[in-house]
Amino acid sequence: MTLLIEQCLNGLQFGLLLFLLAAGLTLVFGIMDLVNLAHGSLYMVGAYFAATFAAFTGSFVFGAVLALVATLLVGMAVEVVVMRRLYGRDHLDHVLGTFGLILFFDEAVRLIWGPEGLSLPLPSWLLTSVPILPGVTYSAYRLAIIVVTLAVAVFLYVLVMRTRIGMLIRAGASNREMVGALGVNIKLLFTLVFGLGAALAGLAGLMQAPILTVQIGMGENILILAFVITVIGGIGSIRGALVAAIFVGFIDTLGRAFFPDLLRLVLSTDAASTAAPALSSMLIYLLMALVLIVKPEGLFPAGGK
Amino acid sequence: MTGRYTLRNLVAAALLLALALLPVYVALAQAPFLLTLFTRILILAMAAVSLNLILGFGGMMSFGHAAYIGIGGYAVGMLAHEGVYSGFVQWPVALAASALFALVIGALSLRTRGVYFIMITLAFAQMAYYMVSGIARYGGDDGLTIYKRSQFFEPLNLSNKVQFYYVCLALLFGSIYLVWRIVNSRFGLVIQGARSNETRMRAIGFATYSYKLTCFVIAGMMCGLAGALLANHTDFVSPAMMYWTRSGDLIIMVVLGGMGSVIGPVFGAVALLVLEEALSGITEYWQIILGPLLLLVVLFARGGIDGLIAGIGAKARPKVRS
Repeated sequence: MTLLIEQCLNGLQFGLLLFLLAAGLTLVFGIMDLVNLAHGSLYMVGAYFAATFAAFTGSFVFGAVLALVATLLVGMAVEVVVMRRLYGRDHLDHVLGTFGLILFFDEAVRLIWGPEGLSLPLPSWLLTSVPILPGVTYSAYRLAIIVVTLAVAVFLYVLVMRTRIGMLIRAGASNREMVGALGVNIKLLFTLVFGLGAALAGLAGLMQAPILTVQIGMGENILILAFVITVIGGIGSIRGALVAAIFVGFIDTLGRAFFPDLLRLVLSTDAASTAAPALSSMLIYLLMALVLIVKPEGLFPAGGK
Repeated sequence: MTGRYTLRNLVAAALLLALALLPVYVALAQAPFLLTLFTRILILAMAAVSLNLILGFGGMMSFGHAAYIGIGGYAVGMLAHEGVYSGFVQWPVALAASALFALVIGALSLRTRGVYFIMITLAFAQMAYYMVSGIARYGGDDGLTIYKRSQFFEPLNLSNKVQFYYVCLALLFGSIYLVWRIVNSRFGLVIQGARSNETRMRAIGFATYSYKLTCFVIAGMMCGLAGALLANHTDFVSPAMMYWTRSGDLIIMVVLGGMGSVIGPVFGAVALLVLEEALSGITEYWQIILGPLLLLVVLFARGGIDGLIAGIGAKARPKVRS
């Protein structure tokens, strides 16, 4: 029972983390109509920055904040130098151009930080376990991730739906020229939105960093999960991304935790332990196929487009 | 476009002739690594030619084309592992397995369009990748060594590098010819019509979905055969051969060479792989050059190499009003 609760929380935590990535992707797609494969690179860059700054300042929190700002700046620079020229182009151009960016980022990171991975040690106050229910404790750090991501989700909702900037963003998504004609600096607005997406990816990266190692290519597998989430949730829909991300997080985590035992009932122990991770990875794609059979536009199709 | 002897056709013919004569040069110059490199180029060019059929002519932006390379490769690898070495069994199985996979994922993916199509094909290919990684009997993540190449009738021996090169070359020419025939047939015109305006094609009365699905399956089978060749070439199969970056490489070849030109992907494959080879000779960090280079191609050279050559050819001759 304790294990089940713990794994459910892990699923929630992983799902919310995926939401950060998917939200950035879907935001950039919904507003700029841009497919950004290099989103995973920003996730990686965020993690590398955090590891470096944390080692430099000696504080996890300082390192994280600095890394967040740095990733935001990198994102805005990428937008100004590259992405801006890709708006309005074919989606195939986006895929190719940002694929080129992935090669660039992976190699740049290898050049700067070397081929070995980094680690980001947690401060002692996050290394403890906290009681969440009578008799059940849970990792303080994972709990912190849940709290931070939920706060970010609320922040995003308020930003997009309740503020003037959010109103301009939504207006820019539906008619870019008109908003520009009304005197809004739409270029700057898009740069900010892209920077925001980058910062979200960086935040996801730096929070995942202490759990996994910081290494080259860490963004690629998780990027594809984020894509699956945006497809399931409906591209351009932040609400859809949240629901789908939590779904996928649960399936992935619970699948990994309990699928091997289930398989052991029908297969030999050896075969089950090798087949289970692959099969639980496949579960997510099966879910996506199922959703697309029923609703080709995803669960929450964004209106208009 | 006006005649048979355009610059573009001449360059294409020169390239194909050079590919055909390469083993002679290799024998004269004592450069066996060139033969290995170019065998690989031929195989990947064939995969790119097949991708071009759906991407360039059909407008179906598949980001999971490498899956067929893996499936074709594993068909050969798994059968060899079980002691079945006959190419007459291995290759048809590779074709059938890729056709089946293409049929299933095509039937699902073609219900969606645009970005959804890109991402769903990507996700299905990743699914195949994980599936293969999970089969312990055939090596899982570590891959599977193939101890004997596909066996055919007596004089043909795929372990002979020159013979294998010519088999690959013949199959590449075959695929180019096949794509050319398809594109210029009624079927191909429907596919191209569906790319430019699907609603209109349906209004005229074509069931575009089944046309596109058929095209998708044909492309998948061609690429599956390329996978069977690649497995024979490397004597090894692993999940890495179907990783999603490989699908990205194939798209690069198609776009770099020139989308929607039958011969374009061959230019693209030769250019990309030779460039990779050359850049990796200059610096260990060659991808830091390749990445931005790709970006420049996307931003400034949409027609790819084929478009470039056609453009030069058009400038060189006096303009004729049609």
